[in-house]
Amino acid sequence: MKELRLMKGNEAVAEGAIRAGADGYFGYPITPQSEVMEYLMAEQPEKRTGMVVLQAESEVAAINMVYGAASTGKKVMTSSSSPGMSLMQEGISYLAGAELPCLLLNVARGGPGLGTIQPSQADYFQSVKGGGHGDYNLIVLAPSSVQEMFDFAFLGFDLAFKYRNPVLMLSDGLIGQMMEKVELCEQLPRTTHFDRSWTLTGKPDGQERNIVTSLDLDASMQEIHNLHLQEKYRQCKEAEVRYELFDTEDADYLFVAYGSSARICQKAIKIGRSEGIKIGLLRPITLWPFPAKPLAELASRMKGILSVEQSAGQMVEDVRLSVGSGVHIEHYGRMGGMIPTPEQVLENLKKLLIAK
Amino acid sequence: MDIKDIIKPENLVYQKTSLMTDKPLSYCPGCGHGTAHRILMEVIEEMGIQSETIGVAPVGCSVLAYDFMNVDMVGASHGRAPAVATGIKRCWPEKFVYTYQGDGDLAAIGTAETIHAANRGENITIIFINNGIYGMTGGQMAPTTLPGMKTSTSPYGRDLKSMGNPLKMTELLAQLPGTCYVTRQSVHSPRNVRRAKKAIRAAFESQKENKGLSLVEIVSNCNSGWKMEPVASNEWMVDNMFPFYPLGDIKVDGKLVNNQ
Repeated sequence: MKELRLMKGNEAVAEGAIRAGADGYFGYPITPQSEVMEYLMAEQPEKRTGMVVLQAESEVAAINMVYGAASTGKKVMTSSSSPGMSLMQEGISYLAGAELPCLLLNVARGGPGLGTIQPSQADYFQSVKGGGHGDYNLIVLAPSSVQEMFDFAFLGFDLAFKYRNPVLMLSDGLIGQMMEKVELCEQLPRTTHFDRSWTLTGKPDGQERNIVTSLDLDASMQEIHNLHLQEKYRQCKEAEVRYELFDTEDADYLFVAYGSSARICQKAIKIGRSEGIKIGLLRPITLWPFPAKPLAELASRMKGILSVEQSAGQMVEDVRLSVGSGVHIEHYGRMGGMIPTPEQVLENLKKLLIAK
Repeated sequence: MDIKDIIKPENLVYQKTSLMTDKPLSYCPGCGHGTAHRILMEVIEEMGIQSETIGVAPVGCSVLAYDFMNVDMVGASHGRAPAVATGIKRCWPEKFVYTYQGDGDLAAIGTAETIHAANRGENITIIFINNGIYGMTGGQMAPTTLPGMKTSTSPYGRDLKSMGNPLKMTELLAQLPGTCYVTRQSVHSPRNVRRAKKAIRAAFESQKENKGLSLVEIVSNCNSGWKMEPVASNEWMVDNMFPFYPLGDIKVDGKLVNNQ
């Protein structure tokens, strides 16, 4: 029988982490994601699966606890919201440089600065273009439902270990706070085997010890390491692009939107179609790697594309890079924690694309 | 006994621990780091815990500690070693976890991580090298630089009014209920090396018994940063550092020593 539960997005990702067999969670409270750690503390996963949960003294400490635990091959995660994610960027760069797997969650809120506690998608650049220092990429998943908050805990850990790379779930305050029906799956066992080719579990007798670091003072060696990372990212780009199409078969116009904006666009499509405007949606599920090819193919038969984001227009840059100059592309968004209504989205499609 | 007899295996009285790699140390000649590394590795060897030990290297002069210490090791970002060690120890409570940190790493940028790891009573061991200066970056003022002491960023001497006071992190940490064993040692003479090694052993034994955080501060010289000959730097350390940072146990078995 299906196990169904009504849950908040933040609770679903916490339950997902436990059931995905996570070994540890290290976090620091920040609105609008505090329910992640609250749920874990209340649930006492140490008794359920042996999973460790620890409230750190800061986001800086939390990400470095993740770094330490991840260096031993354990399946660990942290979560935060925009200002806290900014604090974590140094640690994330180290994790990427040292090729450590882990799951990160950003339940984004309005910025810049302390900003607001309402939903926002203005951390797109930080998430997909680097965030920290150096040439690195995160694998970025964008859940647009509470179900996906649960499911992507599993997918996130799988991809993190497959590529030995941090995976970031870029969510927002809307997806984190809203409640939806979630279908839960079976508990996965926690890992008992640790790959001695890189993990720190204590040097076994007669074997070489392992070192985990992102440092190489020899520039020529550091370049070789960078080339290796770039090759890994290339393979990831080829194999891991994920997206969803909605009403695109006969569409004249296309929304490109992720996360909560994609949900709003789905409603705008219904209203638009009832007025005779054929609109479809491409929803990137992976923001990195970005679904550039499928978007380019789809774009060639569109009269116009509207990138809808709760930002000043960040993903629209990737939409433009993917599609090129042949198609009319516009951005519509609201900022600072304001959420556009489906009617506003449709109105702006008419104004920015159809009227021109 | 002639030389042929001396080098016979049965006449061997001392040898380098196999837990130190053969890689040439990157430290300046005369520096105390090498000795501190050696006695730490000797303790791990004597306890037979090499296969159960995970070390955390800092940022600073000992950033490459993992090149010399033959145990599984991770390089932390600047100041975060106690957080990194916390992550490891929480997931592997049965392992021995230690950090090796300098004064800038532990007492400036990493103050929060150090205090909170200690306050949570993490069962880790911290080896804290205090030489009162940033050696790696070329001799800048450290949180532990003595009053009036000249460094490249306090060229007229540390002015307490504008630059603040030297931070006695070890005394501060001893006040926290989460610390079990807190001591201050040095490695400038054979007698002090033996004492420091004993202290490191006590720190790891305390970790073995899950008693909380153990901290061994080693007051060390930095002849390059202090711009002195090695012997002169050790004499200067005895005359100037020790009065401010007195050697000896500060907390043993969870109890403060001498009403500290």
